[in-house]
Amino acid sequence: MSPIATTRSATGIPTGRLAVWWVIISEIVIFGGLVTCYLLMRLGNPEWAEYASHTSTPAGALNTLVLLTSSLFVVIAHNAAEHDHDGAKAFKFLWMCIALGGVFLCVKAFEYTTEIHHGFTITKNVFWSFYFIATGLHGLHVIAGMVIMAIISFDVKKGKNFQRVELIGAYWHFVDIVWIFLFPLLYIAK
Amino acid sequence: MSKTDHQVHPSDHGHGHDHEMNFWSKYIFPLDHKMIGLQYLWTGLFMALVGGFFAYVFRMQLAFPGESVPGFGHVSPASYNALITNHGTIMIFWVAMPMLVAAFGNILIPLMIGCDDMVFPRLNRLSYQIFFISTVLLFVGFFVPGGAFGGAWTSYPPLSARAEYNLTPWGASIWLLAVALEIVAFLLGGINFITTTMNSRAPGMKMMDIPIVVWMINIAVVLFMFSVGPLVAGAVMLLFDQTIGTSFFVPSGGGDPVLWQHLFWFFGHPEVYVILLPEMGIVAEIITVFSRKKLFGYKMIVYTTFMVGILSMIVWAHHQFIAGIDPRMASIFSFTTILISIPIAVIFFAYIATLYGGSIEFKVPMLWALGMIAEFLLGGVTGIYLGASALDVYFHDNTFVVAHFHYTLIPVVFFGGFAGITYWYPKMFGKMMSETLGKLHFWGTTIFFNGIFIPLFFLGLAGQHRRIYDYRNFPDLAGMQDLRIFATMCLIGLLISQIPFIINFVRSIKNGEDAGKNPWKANTLEWITASPPPHGNFAEMPTVYRGPYEYSVPGRKEDFWPQNQPS
Ligand code: HEM
Ligand SMILES: [Cu+2]
Repeated sequence: MSPIATTRSATGIPTGRLAVWWVIISEIVIFGGLVTCYLLMRLGNPEWAEYASHTSTPAGALNTLVLLTSSLFVVIAHNAAEHDHDGAKAFKFLWMCIALGGVFLCVKAFEYTTEIHHGFTITKNVFWSFYFIATGLHGLHVIAGMVIMAIISFDVKKGKNFQRVELIGAYWHFVDIVWIFLFPLLYIAK
Repeated sequence: MSKTDHQVHPSDHGHGHDHEMNFWSKYIFPLDHKMIGLQYLWTGLFMALVGGFFAYVFRMQLAFPGESVPGFGHVSPASYNALITNHGTIMIFWVAMPMLVAAFGNILIPLMIGCDDMVFPRLNRLSYQIFFISTVLLFVGFFVPGGAFGGAWTSYPPLSARAEYNLTPWGASIWLLAVALEIVAFLLGGINFITTTMNSRAPGMKMMDIPIVVWMINIAVVLFMFSVGPLVAGAVMLLFDQTIGTSFFVPSGGGDPVLWQHLFWFFGHPEVYVILLPEMGIVAEIITVFSRKKLFGYKMIVYTTFMVGILSMIVWAHHQFIAGIDPRMASIFSFTTILISIPIAVIFFAYIATLYGGSIEFKVPMLWALGMIAEFLLGGVTGIYLGASALDVYFHDNTFVVAHFHYTLIPVVFFGGFAGITYWYPKMFGKMMSETLGKLHFWGTTIFFNGIFIPLFFLGLAGQHRRIYDYRNFPDLAGMQDLRIFATMCLIGLLISQIPFIINFVRSIKNGEDAGKNPWKANTLEWITASPPPHGNFAEMPTVYRGPYEYSVPGRKEDFWPQNQPS
């Protein structure tokens, strides 16, 4: 028997959703802190524009597209689970999303190797330190999201815990939105 | 969350099936919120002894410089710094947070809102386990080559960023990692507090029927979450500076050390309120019960607390008045800093109004609560001096500031902590503590606490800097050694005064008088169930009919009116 606590809903909002929002907000303040530091230092160091010109805008743009598409797939999966109660379809779209996460990581890995190859390492200067830490931290979140999504997908396939698709979806959108901030800051603003 | 959970532990919430659980699943890896709360409490109390011991060692060095300290030995400058650093770190992160926020939050929230557990019991356990690992890690830091980190609990770079500067190639990073893990543990714990309070209240309990301490713990947890995020980012950056040589905070590599100060104090100042608020809640519960009066201005207190939380996030740069801050910025931060004393004062006046005309019973929990109000006053008033940027330039970094923050922190952490422990002890263990030993503990602590820190105000005014190993090196400071010795003697008195508490605590678990369900005749829901509460907390889940502070209602025979009693 689960604790009664887990089944109550005094606010009318499912407890799982409240929890995921808590996680998302605490992550927002973490990334928020990082991005704010970057902005403050960037504004004080106009020469960073030159450093930023060595990041690959096409690769970043491609990855933006990849992530946005993956977010769309999560929405479709959510819809399939919530409205149609179609676990198989939700499973399929969750895995398409995971696959796109994989594409994102491959592109990122390719970028990292070329950059490091050209001598732009994490200790090169503070811009590159920010670049690697921000994108690296974001990449870890992508990996975490993919793992959790995979775990959830198998339950969903068996017809269990459909509500979790929404929860991982919210998290995935968040990871996506972080990228939407990182992309202009690190790639476009030169 | 927990389908599988309960397949694994089928006995967990069958009410009263405690005996089916073995030692490990009951005490070491519990899912029960009360037991997890107690684990936090034990850890917090143990770490208080460690932090207190550190204070003893470095104060002995100050009183008798260069002499061997009984129980420790010779204090080198490096170990002096490490002791001060870890004393501060431990007291804030390993005593105040686990005791006031985690222990009381875990024990009280489900009981006071009338449900059987947290909404995510396994996450709750995980949060303690991470906290435990962080504790071990903190100790590991003492035994690595180079020794423990000695760059102060504020860990200012560039000193903290390069091993060449701080001479602790491992210690600094392990210290930072331990603190980061501790923060993660509390972020995870916070999910439970908030969602449980929002969603799992007993039927009939409206937002404005929630006991004030539960409100305050929740507001504290939200405040913690919002303020700590940037510091987590900063900790990652600092860790990279230490370990792989980035230069976020190192000027020679293009970094900015003052940036760390912003990140640190954006968290560090609200943190004071994170530990103040739960404690203000504890005090509020106690003064209504022991004066048999309704809490004055319940709603106003809740709203004011939100204000305190928000304001506390825009005052941080008062820690940077001497860091070369633009004077126009400084006056803004002076203003907000002094402004925050208004809502705090409002809450305290509400407490005093509650006491006014009440039939006050001076039981031990009440003594601690009243002591807290009185002693905190001195901390608060001296804070106003420090908030004025012009004065702060002189006071900052001498022992005036040390005395000031101990006058806020010790009433909060220890007076508030002891108030809570002695008040809920009967509920936690089913037994009463001895009043005599309790009073001995209270008066000893109060007298010696003032004996330690009042001299520090005067030493500070005379120009005695903080974080200095041996004042004999400074002719201007070499005098007044008598005052330093006096403060140290009082510290030893303070530590000795804790012995009655320890005896009381341990003895009463076995030998105390039986407490019964409701020894203080209080209204809140935790007092309607057995002491200690069984698994699942309530034999019958309560329904709530009224707010928590209906004491001495005219026309009623009894002077209390439990929340679950139908009229
Ligand atoms: C047992 C009684 C205590 C004594 C005698 C004591 C004494 C001291 C002294 C003398 C210092 C500073 C020395 C210096 O800067 O040169 C210090 C630092 C500090 N104490 Fe305490 N303290 C006690 C309890 C506490 C408590 C309960 C807290 C907080 C909850 C606390 C938090 C701090 C902090 C944050 C620092 C600053 C550490 C640093 O500079 O890195 N102390 N303490
Ligand atoms: Cu402050």
